[in-house]
Parts: sequence; C-alpha cells; structure tokens
Amino acid sequence: MARVIFGSALRRYTGGVEEVEIEATTVRSLINALDRRFPGLGEHLGSGLAVAIDGEIMTDALYEPVPEGAEVHFLPPIGGG
Amino acid sequence: MTVTATPTTDSQPGYKWVGTRPVRHDGLDKVTGRAKYGADLNLPGMLTGAVLRSPHAHARILSIDTSAAEAMEGVRAVVTGADFPMLESGGEGSGEEYYDPLDLCRNVMARDKVLYEGHALAAVAATSRREALTALAAIKVDYQVLPHVLDVSEAMSPDAPILHEDLITEGVDPVPDKPSNVASRYVIDRGDIEKGFAEADVIVEREFATQPVHQGYIEPHAVVADVGEDGKAMVFCSSQGHFMVRAHTAELLGWEPSRVKVIPAEIGGGFGGKTTVYIEPVATRLSQKAGRPVKIVMTRDEVFRATGPTSGCKIRLKVGATRDGRLTAVSGSMAYQAGAFKGSPVSLGCMCAFAPYAIENVFLEGFDVVVNMPKVTAYRAPGAPMASFASETLLDEIAEQLDMDPLDFRLRNAAEEGVRSVYGPIHKRIGFRETVEAVRDHPQYSIELGPNQGRGVASGFWFNFGGSSSATVHINEDGSASVLTGSPDIGGSRASMALMAAEELGIDVYDITPIVSDTESVGYTDVTGGSRVTHATGLAVIDACRKVVADLRVRAAKVWDVDVEEVEWVDGRAQHVSGDRAPMTTRDLAADAAGTGGPITASAAVNARGAGAAFSTQVCDVEVDPETGYVKILRYTTAQDAGRAIHPSYVEGQMQGGVAQGIGWALNEEYIFDSDGTMENAGFLDYRMPVASDLPMIDTVIVEVPNPGHPYGVRGVGEVGIVPPMAAVANAIHDATGLRMSELPMSPVKVLEAIGANGG
Repeated sequence: MARVIFGSALRRYTGGVEEVEIEATTVRSLINALDRRFPGLGEHLGSGLAVAIDGEIMTDALYEPVPEGAEVHFLPPIGGG
Repeated sequence: MTVTATPTTDSQPGYKWVGTRPVRHDGLDKVTGRAKYGADLNLPGMLTGAVLRSPHAHARILSIDTSAAEAMEGVRAVVTGADFPMLESGGEGSGEEYYDPLDLCRNVMARDKVLYEGHALAAVAATSRREALTALAAIKVDYQVLPHVLDVSEAMSPDAPILHEDLITEGVDPVPDKPSNVASRYVIDRGDIEKGFAEADVIVEREFATQPVHQGYIEPHAVVADVGEDGKAMVFCSSQGHFMVRAHTAELLGWEPSRVKVIPAEIGGGFGGKTTVYIEPVATRLSQKAGRPVKIVMTRDEVFRATGPTSGCKIRLKVGATRDGRLTAVSGSMAYQAGAFKGSPVSLGCMCAFAPYAIENVFLEGFDVVVNMPKVTAYRAPGAPMASFASETLLDEIAEQLDMDPLDFRLRNAAEEGVRSVYGPIHKRIGFRETVEAVRDHPQYSIELGPNQGRGVASGFWFNFGGSSSATVHINEDGSASVLTGSPDIGGSRASMALMAAEELGIDVYDITPIVSDTESVGYTDVTGGSRVTHATGLAVIDACRKVVADLRVRAAKVWDVDVEEVEWVDGRAQHVSGDRAPMTTRDLAADAAGTGGPITASAAVNARGAGAAFSTQVCDVEVDPETGYVKILRYTTAQDAGRAIHPSYVEGQMQGGVAQGIGWALNEEYIFDSDGTMENAGFLDYRMPVASDLPMIDTVIVEVPNPGHPYGVRGVGEVGIVPPMAAVANAIHDATGLRMSELPMSPVKVLEAIGANGG
C-alpha cells in the first residue's frame, strides 16, 4: 500500500480527503486507482504535475515503481533557470 | 575554502580527477574569440531579419498592411501571425519544459492583440539591416489602444483591464463565471495554522514588494535559420537547450521535429532566460519564404522589452515563534506577475520560502497574475528569491525580537533528513545545517563593524532537478576519448563532464574532448536549467564510460585469450588479475580495435532521478551612507552545499555569480515603466546591473554533504546562490540603520527616504 497525501489544490477533487492508502505498483496504476476512488481526479494528476515518492521529486514518472509503504505527493511542475 | 561534511573514508575513496581544477577545455577559444556565438555565423546569400514590435502595452490589432514592405527592392520575405498555425491551448511537456502551446505561439507572434510594449507582430527578411528596418517602418498597423495594467494588485482588482477574455481562474471554488487576470491560485495548507499562532510568543507580519528584473545575460538572442530545398531547416542559435528549440520551432511552424536540425552556438549567459524561443521560428519561416538563410540578432533594447524578465510581486507574510526560538506557524499570500501570459513561478515561491525550516503549521497562498509586460521566463531558482527576501527578512526580525543570534535561530529550526518539508515531502539527506555552521565559523562573521556598518545573514533553498540526458563516448585511435552530450555549456559543464569521464576511464582529463553535439548527433536532452546538468548529464556520461570500460575489458580478454572476469580496469589500464601480463592502455586497445570487434564506443541515456536539494547560507556586511542612502557592500561570504564539487572553480563561479545577480536585484535592478506602459530603462546604462567595481571579492565556502542519488555525490549548484542575497542585504541594512526595508530595489533613493521617514 502507498500513502498518498493530497495538497490543497487536489483536495478539491477528493471531497476534502487529505490522504489515502491505496494499492499500486507504479505511478500509472496509482493514478488509475485514485481515479477510481475519486472519479475525475486522474485527469488532474497527469497533466504536467511532478510526483514525489519518498521525498524524491520526479517528472515523466508514469512507469516509476511505487515501493510498498511509499509516501507519494503530487506537486506543481518544478522548473528552473 | 571547501568544507567536507563527510570525510573521505575507505568506502568512499579519494578521486584522482573529481575535485581538481583543470583549465576548461573551451577556455582558450573563449578568451581568444574563436568560439562561435549565436551572431557569429554567416552563410552565403544570407538575409537580415528584423522584427516589428508593438509600441503599445495593450492594443487590439485592427489590421496589418505589409504590401508596401513586400514591394521594396531589398525585401525577400515578410511574415505576420497569419504565417504561423494557431495552436490549441493545453499543458505540454513537463518539469523544465512545461508550457501552453497557444500562449507560446501568441507570444512569438501576436494575433488579435498585442499584450505588451515590444510584443512581436511582424517580421521581414531583407538584403541588409538598413533595408529590413526601412521595410518594418513601411508596415502599416491599425491599433485600437486599450487600457493596460502592470501593477499586480491593480491587475487583480475587479475593474482591471482584462488581458484575456478566456482566462478563468483555476484553483478556486466556485469556478468564477467571468474572466479575470488571475490565472490560478495555489495553496499550501498543512497543520493547524490557528493553533500554531496561538502557541507563538512572538508574531511578526509585514508586506513586501519587488519589481520585475531581467536575467541580464550579456549575449542577446541570435539565430541563423536556413531552410533547404528539401524543406528541412538548419537552425544555429544560442539557447539553453537546442532540443527545446527544435521542439518549439517545429511545433510553432506546424512541422515534425525531425524537419529541424538545431546546432548549438556557444551561449553568452542565459540564467533561465533562454529556455524558450522568440526569434527562432520567425527566422525559420522567413528563410522558408525567402529561400535563403536568415539571421536575426536582437538588440539589447529588444532583449529588455520582449524577452522574459522574472516577476515583480506583492507578498504579505506572518511568522510566529515561541520564546525559546521555535517556529510555530507561517502564513501569508504571494501575488506574482506572470507577464502577458499565465505561468509565473508563484507556486515555487510558496514552496521555497520556508523550505530550509521545520515548521508544522503552514498556510501560504499564491496568485499567478497576468499583466501587460513580457511573459516572464525562468530566472535562477524561479520564484524563490522574492519569496525568500520576505521570509528571511521576517526570520531576522523575529530573531531580533527574541534576542537570538540569527544563525542560532536558523539552526534551532533547521530542516534535516527525515523532517517534513513545508511543501509536503520528507527531506532526504540535506546539508542546510552545515551551510549555517560554515557561515557561523567563517572569519567574516566575527569581524568587528564600524559606524554605519551592519551585518545580515539569510538562507535559501532550491529543489534541483534531474530529467532526460544523453551521452556518447568514443575511444579514438590514439586512446583519447570524445564525450558527446546534448547540454549547452553555460557554467563549465564541458569541464565537469570531462572530469567525470577521466575519473571513470582513468585517462588524463586533457585526453578527453567534451563536445556539445547538435540535435542529430546525440540523443534527446532536456534544457540546461534547474541545476540539472552536472547531475543528470553527468549520470549519462558516467553510464556511457562504464559501458566503454566493460568493452575495453572484453577487448583485453580477447587479446590475452582469457576470461573477461580475469581482466580488471585500473587507472586507465587493463590488468590481468595474475599480474603476469603487461597492462594495456586505451591507446594499446584502440590500436587493435578493428581486430577485437571494431570501434570502441558506447552511449547512455537517462531520465535522471536522485537530484539532491540545494541550500545556501550567506553573510553580508554593508556600510550605509546616511547622507546619500548609498549602500556599499563591504564583505560577502556564501556557503553552499554542492554535494561533491566536480570542478571547484566552476562551483565557486556559480556561487559568486548568483550572489552578484542577487546584489543587483537587491540594490539597483528594476523595470521602470512610464504611464503608457513603456519601459523607460531598456539598456544597461539605465538598467543598473552591478559591475566589478560595485562588489567586493565574494568569498565562497563549498560545503560537501554528498547526495546519495549520484555516484560522486553531486548536487546542482547553479541556482540556489541567488536566493538569499536580497534578504542578506536587507538584514545588513537594518543592522546598520535600524530600518526594515521591505521593497526592492533598495536603491539610494529608497534608503534615503526610509532614513528620512525614520527621523534621520
């Protein structure tokens, strides 16, 4: 099970739920599972957001493994100069 | 000075090349003028392009008549927005390269409206610059001038002029039923903010304002485009990412990317400002229409008026702490100018402002606000410097009220490994505390100050980034190596790639030739930005080198007719484990390459993970002239966690460069507009950047807390250095004068006004 913590922006799509535990092996399966739990949430997780798994922020991470017990956050895209 | 937090041990052996300071491989070309920058290429039959720009901050384009220009003798092509496809809105790309295609195409060439003074709306290619400028003057544009808005607070008011009739604020409930200039609202909401402030013994609150500032790279944008008879384009330009230029240019022209080959010129500075396109698609379309190569070189005036500065902003913050110096809560609001199209770095400002600290109760909201100035572009640690100017000023104020040393206060609240960050995820191994201790222990921190002198400290955070990179390594016939990457060299990355390759291959760093390859000669690579290249492209180089070493061992095993497991690679040589055979060098093995399997080469590509976060702490000593308000920087020291400095000189250069830009932002730099929204200081005489005589020698302390996500422990170093200076200078001014400066720039006029208002 992964622990997903939602920032304020995403809580609009979770009915105010701040965190959930959910079964997933990859970021893609995690997003699919979240979309089943909170219909419509999935489309807001895929479009340019970064994902942090156990503190490591990454982009283009759909196929990234989600370890058992991982803590997952979705964050705004991190740019840089 | 280099401080290593984790001493070298047997499990972390010393390096032969990593951490040394060889002269950069491209240095000679750059100091002798041989290096080719964007404007240096000339092709037979080449035309000169020029861009017509709006004189108005906000106007509807009623008509554009280019017929007179097209009829001119020397004119070979004219383009307007009608020559480019209108793209659909939507988020594209990710991370570094996230953008809205519709906004990008409207920014490169205006369609129905011009949204800032300097907005491009037509371009010509002619046989000389004089003819091109004459043709631009002959283009007739009928404008309906509209009211404009620049101030971020005014732009948020209900009766403000609206830039985009289809811009509906995202991130608010209920969804607004009419457009505004607020593109989005971002919120960090953690813990119990009311409880946090109730626990506080001391609370400080203050409003801050900053102005837009430009990256100020010395080299203006420049491009040569040449579309051949086969319809394919060669684009030679200065940018922070030629694969980005290829992707954007092709998209804006309605082409497949493979139709565009981009050759990277050297780059004369970028600092984030060259992570997008302006003139590249325009020159390419002009070349296609004219059937000849076209060069466009921006003037400095155009760079200021038409390319991305970073946001000015309004910030209100409130901070609470207990009597013993523990932060209990932070809250506040930030509004950032996005320029003419959505996409300011306000969310990053919210995330970075208090990131060095462990704080349980946080409420920060950010507003992304469009205004009638150029679309903002990334600038070193985008969004963080302005937010940290506010947060680090308040932390200084609260430490003062608690009668605590400001560094002790920061150590009391320092985030460490395992602590939840302000923006959510838990910190991995970080070196913030070590940077504070390095400043505390630096001799500058105990130098006695004189009259009208003051000392200020501040800290800063930046995420750093990984991303996609590619590398190819060839072993040449003489045993030397060529290392090809797709990362433009802004801050000495050729040298750092060569050093890592030398370490892996075991050959002399000067036997390695680092090359920045074009888009057809190496795999896709993200922009040089986000402090990612030494980490991510370095990982690709290391991976490719390790493949080469594996191959070299196979070749040696063939020559010796032994199992490859009996061959070791030690200090650039193949050795048999028995020690009874003469070792073979890369030269020996390259000489026999045809017989052992052909050329020795390997490629690697990564979407790099494991970028380690960056922290910096800085101390600034100033002297304030009470008669003029002039602030002189007396001494400055910056301590930064580099993880592992591959080439310490270029790490120090990045640290000093960030501080120099930050001091300019603190004391002098700002966009100044007249009442019509026209920029009044679009040149380096009036837009005052610091020069060498304005600054003392900036002392550097490289702190090395290795990043576990990189084989050598690398952390990106290019950005975080610009985060603390504004607050460090402001806190030093306070120490010297007793004044809390809350607006940037802290120019002599503003300091003098503050002294006067304070009864001085």
